[in-house]
Amino acid sequence: MSTADFASFSDNAIMFASIVYVLALIAHVVEWSLSLTVREPAAVRAATSDSSVDVAPPPREETAALRIDTAGRIGVALTAVAALLHLAGVVSRAFATEPARVPWGNMYEFTVTGALGVTLVYLALLRRMWLRWMGLFVTAFEVVVLMAANLLLEQQAGQLVPALHSYWLVIHVGTAILATGAFAVGALASLVFLLQERATRRGARPGLLAMFPDSDALDRLAYRVNAVGFPLWTFAALIAGPIWAEHAWGSYWNWDPKEVWAFITWVIYAAYLHARATAGWKGKAAAIIALIGFASLLWNFVGINFFFGAGSMHSYAGS
Amino acid sequence: MTIPTLETTAPPEPPRGPSALGPVELGRWAWRRLTSMRTALLLLLLLALASIPGSVVPQQNIAAVRVSQWKEDHPTLAPVYDALGLFSVYDSVWFSAIYLLLMVSLVGCIVPRLGVYWRFLRAAPPPAPRNLQRLPAYRTVTTPDAADLVLARARTVLRKSRYRLAADDGSGPAGGSVAAERGYLREAGNLLFHLAVVVVLLAFAFGQLFGFKGGAIVLVGKGFSNSLTQYDDFAPGSMFDPETLRPLSLEVEDFEVEFIASGPQRGQPIDFSADVTYRETPSSAPRKHRLEVNEPLVLDGVSVFLIGHGYAPVVTVRDGNGGLAYQGPVVFLPQDASFASFGVLKVPDAQPEQLGFEGMFFPTYAFTMDRGPFSVFPDVRNPAISLLAWRGDLGMDSGDSQSVFELDTDRMEKVTGADGKDFRLDMQPGDRVELPDGLGTVRFDGWQRWVRIQVSDTPGKGVALAGVVLGLVGLMGSLFIRRRRTWVRVTRRGDETFVEVAGLDRTTAGEGLDEEVRRVLALVGGVPDGPTVGRAPAHGVDPDTVPDSHPRADEER
Repeated sequence: MSTADFASFSDNAIMFASIVYVLALIAHVVEWSLSLTVREPAAVRAATSDSSVDVAPPPREETAALRIDTAGRIGVALTAVAALLHLAGVVSRAFATEPARVPWGNMYEFTVTGALGVTLVYLALLRRMWLRWMGLFVTAFEVVVLMAANLLLEQQAGQLVPALHSYWLVIHVGTAILATGAFAVGALASLVFLLQERATRRGARPGLLAMFPDSDALDRLAYRVNAVGFPLWTFAALIAGPIWAEHAWGSYWNWDPKEVWAFITWVIYAAYLHARATAGWKGKAAAIIALIGFASLLWNFVGINFFFGAGSMHSYAGS
Repeated sequence: MTIPTLETTAPPEPPRGPSALGPVELGRWAWRRLTSMRTALLLLLLLALASIPGSVVPQQNIAAVRVSQWKEDHPTLAPVYDALGLFSVYDSVWFSAIYLLLMVSLVGCIVPRLGVYWRFLRAAPPPAPRNLQRLPAYRTVTTPDAADLVLARARTVLRKSRYRLAADDGSGPAGGSVAAERGYLREAGNLLFHLAVVVVLLAFAFGQLFGFKGGAIVLVGKGFSNSLTQYDDFAPGSMFDPETLRPLSLEVEDFEVEFIASGPQRGQPIDFSADVTYRETPSSAPRKHRLEVNEPLVLDGVSVFLIGHGYAPVVTVRDGNGGLAYQGPVVFLPQDASFASFGVLKVPDAQPEQLGFEGMFFPTYAFTMDRGPFSVFPDVRNPAISLLAWRGDLGMDSGDSQSVFELDTDRMEKVTGADGKDFRLDMQPGDRVELPDGLGTVRFDGWQRWVRIQVSDTPGKGVALAGVVLGLVGLMGSLFIRRRRTWVRVTRRGDETFVEVAGLDRTTAGEGLDEEVRRVLALVGGVPDGPTVGRAPAHGVDPDTVPDSHPRADEER
């Protein structure tokens, strides 16, 4: 296959992946809407049936639960298929230039590869951490991100600028992508945690929130993925980055906007870890800090490239 | 700063306020507040906040040119920003204040914590609680083996699982118990991480104070020697001593650059490299090195980087008297990716009037009515220069330093042609143009390339690297090592032995506690004879108490 073949195969694979993500999203929407229609009457019945001796659930509810589960399973299966296509697209993108290179040489490629990182983290932790509830959000995220990448960032596969001719590109950017995936999962958990806290404070209402794990579990999940993301980020931004900078620019820390924001992100996540162990900051405040951390991560990725452009030494990642 | 253990709540709050306290109490109160976790948290968030302006406002020691540009564009704001230190955020008073407070807070926490940890290391694991079944994980078994045999087995099993055991607590044939704890390194990792942060900050500060960074443009074929006068720009640390500059000298023998010639990325460089010959000291033997981006020349105490390149048109200027007033290359600075380059030529020796030229060099010249002249490709395919000429006083005699890339036209006037318009010199290599009014002639002889090298040294970078690596190791330890206590109690009942194993996680994100208790029990006494009696697994989404292998665990919802 020629490089052009690889390039168009990559584009096709990403397109098909987007389509399958949409199908997976539909499956998860069905899962959620089914559970909404089932849980409301169940809750009402529970509230009114104190005197009732009958405790066996009616068969209708059992089949409904089965249907919810089936819809969810279909969603996960479709997500896995989409992830394979997505992976094929990313890998073939690497071969779309001569010589082959890592598929994160510009912003389009970083976005697509980073999005793959999120799906892979989600799928890898799916069973371990009971992430089925995330399916709706992850697939929606993938659909939006891949679409945005295609419409706004699409760039033909090309050779790397000389500054990127280094194996540190693999190490530095690769770990940053992994850390971003972990932080994204953590941010989602924190977000849902906050929504749930709010709903509980206002008097819990069965409904959408019943689809989520309880807030304790969400808080722990957020902590665990962030605790994985934090050392990865430390390595990517504060070890691999400076080593490469020392190698390429002659000093390991240049207060470049991207470095500054990577540092800010690091400090905020450090604050999150501290907040989680401080009375009065636990729970809600910590979750908010984690969300601010993720916001600064996104800003560093998108904002710096768009608004600082030439002012940043990282500008070759530009749009 | 109170170092988070991430598994215990913070110690009770220090007293609320300094109500009628003496200076000692006040000091103690202030110290406690400073080293409290809350303060540390706020300082961390403040540090993040304080870093932001430096990414928005151009910084003096990073982009001096952009700073002066910015100051010109915002004449009213500039003095305010200057007073606030916004052009050098990272060595401003307020930024330094935040991280110094953070450092003090950090040290104020590490030191006492070291003592606590030392005592903790020497303390034995606490003895078994009376009611083991109240613990989060609890399992039992009955075995015919003798009590002391079972106890001995328990000790071996726990030791093999890297537990630390309490000393024998009076167990006998009637039974007894073993207390064990592991995960002591968690706190060590925690302390190591925070110590490493201090080390990195110190090493970074040292490098900033004693290091330097300078840039120089060197024509291909010419040399550079490492002394202050040779630099075009030089940014020393505040404690840097120019005497310590290494006596390095180098010559740029050759330079190669390759651009993508077609396709959407046309004009983007593929690679560029410079072959240099260098001597570490004037007496040492010359060595060769190929400088490339990402392939610096790293020597003891100094590193040389290739960071850019450009063109220097070669011109010959003869003045009105026919004398040779200038001959040689003139460095032009690239303005965009097509390498259309701007430059200035000052000819102070020209008679009867001094001459000055400013204009553009186009490596591949093209012209349209819309854009005027421009370059369509960064490599040299159709070189041309386009200059405007000035006559008068260059202002170089006043002794004020001048930029070589700027023409001081205060006492000069533009050379105009017979039609009264600006006289423009558009030339291709070999062209010669006669200036009006008998001012002289200019010949465009050809072009050369130059490279921009950066020479720098950051002392203490090895220490900083060691610091971050140790910090990462410590961090992983403090995040992923689990502190766990396990107790085994053995009671003789008739001719059977009743074995209880209980576990307690001391970290919030503990996992697999029940599995471990089950495993220990199986190794100590055999297969458990009942389900867990302790805290039942919560709703199926609690990853900490439900083991991974729980059948269909992920489908319970």
